[in-house]
Amino acid sequence: MTALLEMRGITKTFPGVKALDEVTLTVRQGEIHAICGENGAGKSTLMKVLSGVYPFGSYEGEIHYDGQLAQFRDISDSEAKGIIIIHQELALVPLLSIAENVFLGNERAANGVIDWNETNRRTGELLRKVGLREAPTTLVDKLGVGKQQLVEIAKALSKEVRLLILDEPTAALSEQDSQALLDLMLELKTQGVTSIIISHKLNEVRRVADSVTVIRDGSTVSTMDARATPITEDAIVRDMVGRDMAHRYPDRTRRAGDMLMEVEGWNVFHAEHADRQVIHDANLTVRAGEVVGIAGLMGSGRTELAMSLFGRSYGQNISGRVRVKGQEADVSSVNRAIDAGLAYVTEDRKSLGLILEEPIVRNVTLANLGGVSHGGILNENEETAVSERYRTALNIRTPSVFQKVMNLSGGNQQKVVLSKWLFAEPDVLILDEPTRGIDVGAKFEIYGIINELSAQGKGVLMISSEMPELLGMCDRIYVMNEGELVGELTAAEASQERIMSLIVTD
Amino acid sequence: MALAEHTGDAKRQGIGAYLLANLREYGLLAALIVIMVFFQIMTDGVLLKPVNITNLLLQNSYIIIMALGMLVVIVSGNIDLSVGSVMGFVGALAAVMIVNWDVNWLLTIVVCLGVGGLIGAAQGYWVAYWKIPSFIVTLAGMLVFRGLSLWLLEGQSVGPFPREFQTIANGFVPDIFPAGIGETLAPIFDARKVNVLALLTGVVAAAAVIWSGLRQRARDRAYGVDGEPTPFFVARIVIISVALVFIMYKLSTFRGLPNVLITMGVLTIIYAFLTEKTVIGRRIYALGGNAKAAKLSGIKTERLTFLAFLNMGILAAAAGLVFAARLNTATPKAGFALELDVIAAVFIGGASMSGGVGKIVGAVVGAFLMGVLNNGMSIMGIGIDYQQMIKGLVLLAAVIFDVYNKSRQG
Repeated sequence: MTALLEMRGITKTFPGVKALDEVTLTVRQGEIHAICGENGAGKSTLMKVLSGVYPFGSYEGEIHYDGQLAQFRDISDSEAKGIIIIHQELALVPLLSIAENVFLGNERAANGVIDWNETNRRTGELLRKVGLREAPTTLVDKLGVGKQQLVEIAKALSKEVRLLILDEPTAALSEQDSQALLDLMLELKTQGVTSIIISHKLNEVRRVADSVTVIRDGSTVSTMDARATPITEDAIVRDMVGRDMAHRYPDRTRRAGDMLMEVEGWNVFHAEHADRQVIHDANLTVRAGEVVGIAGLMGSGRTELAMSLFGRSYGQNISGRVRVKGQEADVSSVNRAIDAGLAYVTEDRKSLGLILEEPIVRNVTLANLGGVSHGGILNENEETAVSERYRTALNIRTPSVFQKVMNLSGGNQQKVVLSKWLFAEPDVLILDEPTRGIDVGAKFEIYGIINELSAQGKGVLMISSEMPELLGMCDRIYVMNEGELVGELTAAEASQERIMSLIVTD
Repeated sequence: MALAEHTGDAKRQGIGAYLLANLREYGLLAALIVIMVFFQIMTDGVLLKPVNITNLLLQNSYIIIMALGMLVVIVSGNIDLSVGSVMGFVGALAAVMIVNWDVNWLLTIVVCLGVGGLIGAAQGYWVAYWKIPSFIVTLAGMLVFRGLSLWLLEGQSVGPFPREFQTIANGFVPDIFPAGIGETLAPIFDARKVNVLALLTGVVAAAAVIWSGLRQRARDRAYGVDGEPTPFFVARIVIISVALVFIMYKLSTFRGLPNVLITMGVLTIIYAFLTEKTVIGRRIYALGGNAKAAKLSGIKTERLTFLAFLNMGILAAAAGLVFAARLNTATPKAGFALELDVIAAVFIGGASMSGGVGKIVGAVVGAFLMGVLNNGMSIMGIGIDYQQMIKGLVLLAAVIFDVYNKSRQG
């Protein structure tokens, strides 16, 4: 097979940092090529170089595409050659229809007047191709993330795509949607579309990829061919982090202490539709030093449960009792929940957890400004000292605590969110997808922090879509389905099969 | 030798990088200086004559007072288009109370500030608790209070005010030092008279700037923070303290310290402290930076938004009193389109439309920059037509500079 794309010796320098250093990438015609690497390794930068976001001349090295030296000046140049990139954050206009989105910027029009029949007919064809059963006139707003992803792919197909680049396509998808998407990738492969997939989910990489290139610290570490011998996840992880990871989950001495939090008869109704009950009579407990998991599919109500507990941040008409350390706790507002000893680390750290434009210092102290002030007046030196303490304790990698958090990698951002809540000194931490979108090395560190917290006698309630993570970390796991806690398993009893069967048989 | 070269290079790079990172602050200060020098030359020295400096301060006092509140509103992620109308309405109310109803002027001031607070609270209520966009609420407020002023004044101008009330805007702080000291000093400065209090205030203010600057640096060093490079620090402190002493000296050879300057100075210091050093200030920045994250961190975002508007109402009322006292009459046109000058000052001062960014000092300097432009062009006899165009382009240039600066930093 010939190479469709060859990137040779790509070096890209930003003021002060070398983001890419002599990176080499060869993608063969008609294959699915996976790029793996920790966050901040340079994967996204490499794709930006390829798609012309960083124009020819702003980097060193050569890109050969389809046998020619490519000199893209912007994205439209690369799109004209059939290179289409689908970013992690989807770029759809929510209040336009599927068809309008698919042909946005590429309208089926004569003299500026849009031919709607043609637009909808073509969209219908494309939707069939990607296996999305929706009318072309449906508003994108009405679709879930999984279906929106398919619309993006339909949009790419409308442009005669030859090289499809998917950046973390399944990060926000449920298991089922992820499988459907991967199947579609394989299907497109049979139609001759070459794909590059960037993913942290190694089982997915193993499933679809023909070759894997691992990038670490801006350099190519290895390229593996899956057709000859199957690639193991361990091999990828080893190259990604540059060391063997014998254990993905650090060891912990498990010891459940006194009762910390008890939730009884918790009922929550939908935030917008008062007649729809989202959480039905939930009962759960967390003991000191315990890590308790909540397993369940996306949309099963896990986040809604957590947010409604945390100061009624979600839902309406909430009823039920919460006791913290045996005392009736008032969790009717966020401050009261914090005062009662709760903390909630959101699943969406960028839009709900951090103030991206502000430096680390100001984010760390935000939930406990009282701890760095006297009589309402801030002590900025104290604030700096506190941040430095957490920077060291949680190993936040940054040149300074005055760095804006938007400039940090996902893992380090998550550590800043954790620092913020640790400084609020809670008894119970609710962690909602604490390792979403962060790389293997940082995940391991986050697990270490969780273990450290439990060793200090704090209770941890952990929500995760990754079952191996729950199995590896938790003392007990509640299984949630359609707003109900349908089962409770101890670490010894729990397995992926048991959890799935509880969800399915319910 | 090679080593020395290397470290020299690294240091130069550090200074360059620092300048790039803080281009906005230095650029604003530099722009103000350049514009002042330009008009000083073009107006043959009229710009910095004591009488003109006094005028400049009086003319811009109400803009600056409102810019303080507007900065808070804009940082919280909102906007207030009603301040010009509210200011006019409160001025009208003061005139009607004092002139038509013979109410005591001190009581009038208290009532007017209270009414301003109520107006701010009423608008803030809809913005904060009903989530009605502030643009809409305050656009409505702008029309409502413009109409109310007309109604209250019955379309007429009302005035004049008693002398005591006028002194709010046009009065000067009497020299508390014996006249003898001023007379002794006068020949040294080759002036007719010298107001010792004004001169001393300038010296004390400059000393305070130097002292707090040095203290901040010492603290930064103690905590291992990379502060401003020394040359910048020295240059900035020297420029600010020389400017303070120079302006106060000029004022001292005229009529001394205007009352309004004291009001403005004290309010600026209070609001700078409030926004930068207190918990409530920090929370307002967090609210503007990411309202959802702030709320999930236990911050009462609705109440903060409400307070930002309440505060704006009180400051607009204060500006209305100063404005009415300065003109010695309340007119239905008072404060017309002034909200735009106030908003422009805040944006020129570096605030961001999307909230979470901006400083009190920036807003004040931005207001002065606009003030100097107005004043300088008026002295040069440039028509109001050109003045408007130039001011518009300055605002655009400042914001373009901001956006460009941000994109370059990546």
